Amino acid sequence: MVESTVAATHAVVSFDVALNGIVWGWMITLNMWAKSIGTGVIMVGAYMLYKYSKDKIPNVRWLMPIISFVALNVFLLFTLLDLHQPLRMVNIFFHPHFTSAITVGAWMASLFTGLVTLLAAIGLLDYMPNLLRSNKTAKKVRANSGLYEKLLPYIVFLALPVTMYTAIIMAQSSARGLWEAPIEMAQMMLAAIMAGSATLLIVAESWGKEPRARIAMILAVTVAISFTLYMGEYFFSFKNSEVEATLAFIHLGGSYSFEFWFAMIVGYIIPFALVTTSVKEDNYTLLRFAGILALIGLYFAKDVWLKIPQLLPLS
Amino acid sequence: MKLGFLVDLNLCMGCKGCEIACKVENEVPLASWRLKVKYVDIGVFPDTSRSFTPMRCNHCEDAPCEKICPVSALHYLPNGIVNIDSSRCIGCAGCIMACPYDAIYMNPETNTADKCTYCAHRVEGGMMPACVVACPVEANIFGDIDNKDSHISRYIMEHQGGVQVRKPEKHTNPKHYYVGGGNQTLNPLAHQRIEGYSLFTNITHLDTVGDPNHSMLDRFLTPIFGHDHLDNTGFAGMESNKKDSNKGEH
Repeated sequence: MVESTVAATHAVVSFDVALNGIVWGWMITLNMWAKSIGTGVIMVGAYMLYKYSKDKIPNVRWLMPIISFVALNVFLLFTLLDLHQPLRMVNIFFHPHFTSAITVGAWMASLFTGLVTLLAAIGLLDYMPNLLRSNKTAKKVRANSGLYEKLLPYIVFLALPVTMYTAIIMAQSSARGLWEAPIEMAQMMLAAIMAGSATLLIVAESWGKEPRARIAMILAVTVAISFTLYMGEYFFSFKNSEVEATLAFIHLGGSYSFEFWFAMIVGYIIPFALVTTSVKEDNYTLLRFAGILALIGLYFAKDVWLKIPQLLPLS
Repeated sequence: MKLGFLVDLNLCMGCKGCEIACKVENEVPLASWRLKVKYVDIGVFPDTSRSFTPMRCNHCEDAPCEKICPVSALHYLPNGIVNIDSSRCIGCAGCIMACPYDAIYMNPETNTADKCTYCAHRVEGGMMPACVVACPVEANIFGDIDNKDSHISRYIMEHQGGVQVRKPEKHTNPKHYYVGGGNQTLNPLAHQRIEGYSLFTNITHLDTVGDPNHSMLDRFLTPIFGHDHLDNTGFAGMESNKKDSNKGEH
């Protein structure tokens, strides 16, 4: 808050209506977190499939789309649950307003989820040859399993805007100065790569040493860049008074300071330290632990960044 | 035609007549508002003054709420009013996040976004908005700002240099003007808002936005488990405040 330095300008609200509290709460945090996993796993997994032969990363072809499918459905479910009129979600498709990033995002995310579902079906049926062996649809899917490799580049390409459209929704939220910054797009992309690499690291037990080291390093580099950007915002962000007042909630003594630093330490500092110290000897227990911690920390980092601009009085 | 609003804060005496007229005209639920009058005390006792600032939707020419609305529930009328079609609203609250003036609320009865429409239904019938009619000192001035002979245009001309809008830095081109406003009254960061410190009430933030049992999950679970009856005290946190104050008495 802007402080009054002389008595004559000291001003206090003495009567007002109740203000909105936090409007976008934990459901939207979960939404963003799950979407980061859903798109990140595809981006990082596709890179791994491009870089390494299937025998070095045996489970990626089927597990990558399945994890993405589950995460995307969590994302879509909580998007729906957070609506005050969830049954009217169809209006986005029947009465779309394309200046809104919410509309464009919903269309892209729906298409993306549909394509990932197809990948998951092909991947799973190829991985389990006896699953639904006599089923006609399953037979048709198996017969067209080459579609997986053909579709994957387009799906990766679509994953980029699906990852970043939330940053554009936040940029369109003109009332929240903290989000109106290009850095949000970078952070959204880094969150996806961080979540994707952390998730794949958790399931990388059967991988060779080299691909495991590579994905661990992707995680380490991503958390390092993301952490640096957060610290840049924290220490050197000299923006307008609204953003400064918002950041005061995470500065020492602020009501979200603990949660912010918990997220930074658990999700960024410790995973970076664990990966860089254990990647050489390929200590998988520690690498997997780093992946789990990165996912936990990412949730809380998203949560803080979502909530603090909503704490400012706007009127 | 471009309809606009001007409030002369030198005239406003904080009677809240406009606020009540708006509530009655538009059936605004308790703990929600389309128009509010904020009191700000400036200075230190005994040298203090109290300012009154009516606040409503600014009907911006570049309205961020209209841009972010995914289903065009928020839309422009030809006369410049930013109107809302609650039957189309999906309740995503994007508009609440976008409005820099905190002018949009989630109606807890309809679970849709709602806001001041400059009483578009009355304007269409040739009447003035309810708040204008109710103001005993004619502090609220409403009219066509495109017409240089209108009362509002002449008022703006007469007070050249003293006419302000809220948050011009947001580039929303608001069509709601103030005469006699100062930084302490129009800038929400230029005054302190002490939680629980307020005349007549200690509520400064709503516990929930809209109906707390609005989600899809509740629609399935309510017939089985039920939930507390929604009334105008529950969502405002009045029940918990009442309990707290009772505890204090014992």
